[in-house]
Amino acid sequence: MKIHLSSVCVDDQDKALRFYTEVLGFVKKHEVPLGEHRWLTVVSPEDPEGTELVLEPDSHPAVRPYKEALAKDGIPVTSFAVDDVHAEYARLRELGVEFTQEPAEMGPVTTAVLDDTCGNLIQIAHTNQVP
Amino acid sequence: MPDDVFKALADPTRRKILDELTERNGQTLFEICARLTTKHGLGSSRQAISQHLAVLEAAGLVRTRRQGRYKFHDLTTEPLEQIVSRWLKPDAPETGK
Repeated sequence: MKIHLSSVCVDDQDKALRFYTEVLGFVKKHEVPLGEHRWLTVVSPEDPEGTELVLEPDSHPAVRPYKEALAKDGIPVTSFAVDDVHAEYARLRELGVEFTQEPAEMGPVTTAVLDDTCGNLIQIAHTNQVP
Repeated sequence: MPDDVFKALADPTRRKILDELTERNGQTLFEICARLTTKHGLGSSRQAISQHLAVLEAAGLVRTRRQGRYKFHDLTTEPLEQIVSRWLKPDAPETGK
């Protein structure tokens, strides 16, 4: 068994596609019209055959209260691996991305938490070098 | 000076929370929990940390701030200054009782 898809529930698929591609740097993999919405996925350019991230509409009434409650407490919905959290933080801040947690060493990892502009918090992380 | 401050400071987890807020002010509940777990090996639940924060807030040692959709926790040291003036600067005005 493999993890093939993961999803984030977004308030607007067009806005989400722009943020996840133009700002975070992922690339679009699938865009299939599906009634009111689309089956819309992105992948990392470093791993185009890897796990796809589904930018899923958050229109189900249960989703928004769930997202709001997580965001209030600063809890990210998922985490992406980066080479260097500090460098990525600097790059994304330059692009106007808001962070609810600046880079911090958390034991074996360094993490930061950003706002995806679509109602979610996303963690970025790298594993610290063992000295 | 209310007893709340002394009660709030009596607990080691709450003192760790203040240590972490000293390192960086303005943290979400998530960040505070992550720091306590990963840096101090504390296995407290998020609910337990939330209750500790409520005690610190009631004692005036932590203030919460809503910013957009987020809630941040800031350290407020005024109650500690009252402790200092009570015993270290007893001639200063507004000494706590």
